[in-house]
Amino acid sequence: MTVPGVTQKNLKIVGTRPLRPDGVDKVTGRAKFGADIHVPNMLIGRVLRSPHAHARIKSIDVSKAQALKGVKAVITCADLCDLPSEFIPAGEMMVNFKDMTRNVMAREKALYEGHAVAAVAAVSDAVAAHALALIDVQYEVLPHVMDVSKAMEPDAPLLHDDMYTIGVEPKPAMPSNIAKRVEFGFGDLEAGFAKADVIVEREFTTKPVHQGYIEPHACLASVSEDGKAELWCTTQGQFIVRAFCAKLLGMEVSNLRVTASEIGGGFGGKTVVYLEPLALALSRKACQPVKMTMSRTEVFRASGPTSGAKIWVKVGATKDGRITAAEALLKYQAGAFQGSPVQPGAMCAFAPYDLENVRIVGFDVVVNRPKVAAYRAPGGPISEFAVEGVIDEIAKKIGMDPVEFRLKNAAKEGTRAPYGPKLGPIGLVETLQAAKAHAHYRAPLKANQGRGVASGFWFNIGGETCATLNVGEDGSVAMVLGTPDIGGSRASLSMMAAEELGIPMEQVHAIIGDTSSLGFNFLTGGSRVTFSSGMAVVEAARDVIKQLRSRAAKIWEVSAEEVEWVEGRARLLGEGKDKSLSLADLAKTAGKTGGPIVGNAAINATGAGPSLATHLVDVEVDPETGKVTILRYTAIQDAGKAVHPSYVEGQMQGGAVQGIGWALNEEYIYDDKGRLENPGFLDYRIPVCSDVPMIDTVIVEVPNPRHPYGVRGVGETPIVPPMAAIANAVSNATGYRFTDLPMSPPRVLAAIDSQRGG
Amino acid sequence: MAKQHVTTTVNGDTVEFLCGTEQTLLDVLRDELYLTGSKEGCGSGDCGACSVMLDGRLVCACLVLGAEAQGRSVETIEGMAKGDELHPLQQKFLEHAALQCGICTPGFLIAAKALLAKKPNPTETEVRYWLAGNLCRCTGYDKIVRAVMDAAVVMRTA
Repeated sequence: MTVPGVTQKNLKIVGTRPLRPDGVDKVTGRAKFGADIHVPNMLIGRVLRSPHAHARIKSIDVSKAQALKGVKAVITCADLCDLPSEFIPAGEMMVNFKDMTRNVMAREKALYEGHAVAAVAAVSDAVAAHALALIDVQYEVLPHVMDVSKAMEPDAPLLHDDMYTIGVEPKPAMPSNIAKRVEFGFGDLEAGFAKADVIVEREFTTKPVHQGYIEPHACLASVSEDGKAELWCTTQGQFIVRAFCAKLLGMEVSNLRVTASEIGGGFGGKTVVYLEPLALALSRKACQPVKMTMSRTEVFRASGPTSGAKIWVKVGATKDGRITAAEALLKYQAGAFQGSPVQPGAMCAFAPYDLENVRIVGFDVVVNRPKVAAYRAPGGPISEFAVEGVIDEIAKKIGMDPVEFRLKNAAKEGTRAPYGPKLGPIGLVETLQAAKAHAHYRAPLKANQGRGVASGFWFNIGGETCATLNVGEDGSVAMVLGTPDIGGSRASLSMMAAEELGIPMEQVHAIIGDTSSLGFNFLTGGSRVTFSSGMAVVEAARDVIKQLRSRAAKIWEVSAEEVEWVEGRARLLGEGKDKSLSLADLAKTAGKTGGPIVGNAAINATGAGPSLATHLVDVEVDPETGKVTILRYTAIQDAGKAVHPSYVEGQMQGGAVQGIGWALNEEYIYDDKGRLENPGFLDYRIPVCSDVPMIDTVIVEVPNPRHPYGVRGVGETPIVPPMAAIANAVSNATGYRFTDLPMSPPRVLAAIDSQRGG
Repeated sequence: MAKQHVTTTVNGDTVEFLCGTEQTLLDVLRDELYLTGSKEGCGSGDCGACSVMLDGRLVCACLVLGAEAQGRSVETIEGMAKGDELHPLQQKFLEHAALQCGICTPGFLIAAKALLAKKPNPTETEVRYWLAGNLCRCTGYDKIVRAVMDAAVVMRTA
């Protein structure tokens, strides 16, 4: 496709702050989320889960459950296809169907506490719960391993006896828990470090944290006697759900129609399937609709958090502030199946910097924890937490202002990224300059207070995208999109369509189509929607305009070249140029000028520009309790072009607060048997309103030349810098370098006490 | 097990339903009365997504039994707008972009309405502590707090 130059001038709608089109439904409780649908003759499905972290399944006897009155179907792994190992790329992550079929329902072994082993569908929730208790599973409990370093040891309990480390030559002779080794970099590290006046190296740890979307997973499946199936579910991508479920159930994709409900948050965690294949299998067996919802406990135990990790970083620099060499070693927990985000983590690690000598090695390691899922900039926050801590420390050692040090080494257009390519135009320097210029950066601090700064990088993605604009006979436009609206994208996409067409935004009506209503769309993720669906919408609008011009030409009996489209009207060029026809005029007569007017776009969007951010944070540390209070927070980010600035700010604020939770409180806590001890919002404490201050935002706009409006994705980058910025602030407040997350009160107090010699 | 007959008032209308003894008010609202505006985020009173008013008091509907609604008055998000007129809080949530995914929004609106009934001129800190029982994972709370404070101004001057 051709993408003309970036349009930044004379914008009437893009860049303003209209009300979102789906807003009224959401403030009135009318919007239908995953669990909000009831259909006649509906059964309730529930899942039996492993109480053991690692156990061989010797037998499953479902006969008693099946015999219970009101039970309509019971399934085990035998009801899903056993698929061979097959990797397919899925946005920023890879998926393997062999692992997927085993993750949704354990096969040979249960690999984490909460791993599904069987499921039932019954006439009520109470009957379903009773039936679960009647299923007899015989386990042989095996030793388990939770820690990434222990799992890498040669005598560690082995999760998969057919897993040989990928990326190691020659191929290892023995299987291990190390699924993959990745390496990026260039230059001569030894020579680089030899040139350094100062070298800092440190080890860091992070704990797994959950995406913490407020809406638990939910779906409703209905399979008819002839094998045709409908599925309603909360997901970031109805098309990938269709693809995954069809594969796991051995169906043709055309026989499965998936509708994405409104989605109550996902952050990457709703890009995979858990209940959906089970509900379909149960419905297929019962020939009745089956609704399934996860409890909050199930969400924590059995859906993907992101990796916990161990990271080692070494950076050298000259006295005048130039980095000479940088090295990192990353060990990421994948959970029970391979596929941690170590690769993007490794690619991100030093991406904000212009380096001559750099090397990053990463390991993807399986442990007896739930399989990780994508979480906002998957992998990036972990590696940059460590890197930005070392960067900060090295700036301090050479006595240079941390923003100045970053500016001196900042990646910019033409910088070769550690993962290979040369970067296009990016806005890191602009965010750093904005940080330096911000009043926040000069505000005085009191005793026990500290300020931290950190930068962050995220790639963003494009991918397969379709959009259709159907012009109604009254001149309104129904816009069908294939990417679920997770945070206001109906607004940004309606705005771009209206801007192109030159009509009021209220005249455009965004509809999230089901899988039968348009071509394949990749999911809402990778910060791709406003970028990719935006590009598709613009192309579809230009298709509409082309048709409108030819309709006007027909009416005026001229050639289409003699008609231009200006401010929502066809105008005749040359003589008689005062003649014009509005979109509504042309829509009204469409039946007489050639039939319905429908604009289409089916693209594989490329050219998503990376988005970079710099965050500033002030903290106060209570020396008596170790509690860290966030006093002030400023998030600065390059949006390329903020289509709807309020929702861009919202992404920045939301990401920052998720980062505050990750930095200070959130972690998965397991007992010695590998059982999760805090599977609820009381004990897994995400930030509440009173934990945080207002989050100031500064939007920088360095246009992405590959998008018609200069858009780059914005949703993921805001969670990359917070943990490092907060750790740097807490370190500055206490004089003790914090390297382990979360910085919960007991840990901070222990560090303060160790300094006091106590 | 025999179901219990309950007569109650929901959003001003007299409502009758049958409920199991184990069913929560949230279950009843959502599964028996099909008022699905109240959401279940946790089922343990920690997220506030199911906030409703029970006899004028803010409660988590997941922590109240359906049978306890007998003879009482329940207000849910479905009763917040009057006809086609949104409540000032609903309007301000829209204007301030105080929602992203929107799943927590009904709970926040009910809780915020309860706050402003009690305290028409709250400070930012009071808003933050009152709403600390409602979890939002998307917005970072900034725009929610601003929307509530702005709605308070509108409601005071109305």
